[in-house]
Amino acid sequence: MSNNLQDKIETQEYIVNMGPQHPSTHGVLRLMVNLEGEIVKNVDPVVGYIHSGIEKMTESLAYPQIIHLTDRMDYLSAHMNNEAVALCIENALQVEVSDRVKVIRTLMAELQRLASHQLWWCVMGMDMGALTTFFYGLRDREMILDIFEETCGARLTLNYSTPGGVMFDLHPNFQKRVKEFTKYFRKVLPEYNQLLTGNVIFKERTVGLGPLSKEDAIAYGVTGPTGRASGFACDVRKHNPYSAYDRVQFNEILRTDGDTFGRYQARIDEMYESLNIIDQLIDNIPEGDYQAKMKGVIKLPEGEFYQRVETARGELGVYILSDGKKNPYRVKFRSPVFSNLWVLNHLIKGQKIADLVAVMSTLDLVIPDIDR
Amino acid sequence: MKALIQYISTILQGLLTLVKGMAVTGHYFFRPKLITTQQYPENRQTLKMFDRFRGEVIMPHDENNHHKCTGCGICEMNCPNGSIEIITKMIETPEGKKKKVIDKHIYHLGMCTLCNLCVKACPTGAIVMGQKFEHAVWDRTQLTKVLNQPGSELMKDVKE
Repeated sequence: MSNNLQDKIETQEYIVNMGPQHPSTHGVLRLMVNLEGEIVKNVDPVVGYIHSGIEKMTESLAYPQIIHLTDRMDYLSAHMNNEAVALCIENALQVEVSDRVKVIRTLMAELQRLASHQLWWCVMGMDMGALTTFFYGLRDREMILDIFEETCGARLTLNYSTPGGVMFDLHPNFQKRVKEFTKYFRKVLPEYNQLLTGNVIFKERTVGLGPLSKEDAIAYGVTGPTGRASGFACDVRKHNPYSAYDRVQFNEILRTDGDTFGRYQARIDEMYESLNIIDQLIDNIPEGDYQAKMKGVIKLPEGEFYQRVETARGELGVYILSDGKKNPYRVKFRSPVFSNLWVLNHLIKGQKIADLVAVMSTLDLVIPDIDR
Repeated sequence: MKALIQYISTILQGLLTLVKGMAVTGHYFFRPKLITTQQYPENRQTLKMFDRFRGEVIMPHDENNHHKCTGCGICEMNCPNGSIEIITKMIETPEGKKKKVIDKHIYHLGMCTLCNLCVKACPTGAIVMGQKFEHAVWDRTQLTKVLNQPGSELMKDVKE
């Protein structure tokens, strides 16, 4: 009887719109999810809801003015974005910045990476239904934001790097505060594992979900912790060192599992590495100028310039095409989240719709970085 | 039998991980001071922002209503989004010379991204960043401000 009924019931695929106002897409990302029952057949991300035209706007701005716009791309790794543009301009002009600037930039970048991973950790917990992690992660992030506020003057949109240096010298309290923070955070980080990593519900939902092979990671251009969890050695800090990364010892976190839990673990391990890098640099910040002498109006020589840095989400590339004027002719940002997003369909095909949120949160999406 | 033991042991292990997590939350449940960050609206009286905090652009005046702005317009040129407008006027000095002075230093807070480029570029240090951060107003025209106070003059020892 029941078998007969099942034969008679006709099923059909239907499309559910997830977003652009869905809380777990972390922004205005619209996903057209093709469903058959609860099984996801196809995911089609629709981007462009927060397109702000940063690349086009830069064409009418002078080079020092470009930097503050890049804060607004991937706002959780604002400093790395600033640094990328500043490094690109410095490479083009062949300006040598002092060692102090290099170390300051590296320290700030690692603090920013920690802050970004903390926020990712707490929203990852929240996406999976654990609200506690949200409060704990934000509490620790607050300490880093205070350090930023004291030295850079802002909490999120830092605008700290300038062509040839940094905006302000380090605040006298900086070293003390950072040391306090690293000591505190080393104590707190095991709590993260205790709360979420070992949790049975969390593990059931993440282990083995959405595996990404190394070949696919390379084919899709997935970088950052997402790519490294699949074994794709893509850490720009290690393979193409910039700023002061050539003078510090750290491990590139490489994992082989490549599933959702692997991507989670890769980011947790990166937090330990960031703490290591900060510990190596914080005690020996060299003396020197915090701003190299630059011309009043910066004009890049004619040609193409490219610089890549490792943000908290992956590889950010800045491409500047200059025609010798004070404005760039064309600027292109190769943003990490844009490349990482398109692997989502590959990861989630054939899984349940509830897993879509879990997979998405380990890709660590920041929507303005997709649209820019 | 083996399957049953495994079944029970996974349940017990699951319970153990839950207890471990609850130990952390329980720890903070009895120590709420360790988990709170700031009680913002309540601590408004004692809240002090950091010196470098960028809240708005202000122009400090001394007790004689003198400022340091010469009206050169460098901040206007350095602003990436047109938040600053400089309006100058010509006056005649007591010696009979004609001189350009600032009439209005108009600042659009609504457009400002607080990037600090204007403050960094100012040759006389006339504008600085203020620490005020509660900028909500009912009408956006109130976000357009004139930074130099009415009747104010240039300080005597400022080089032009």
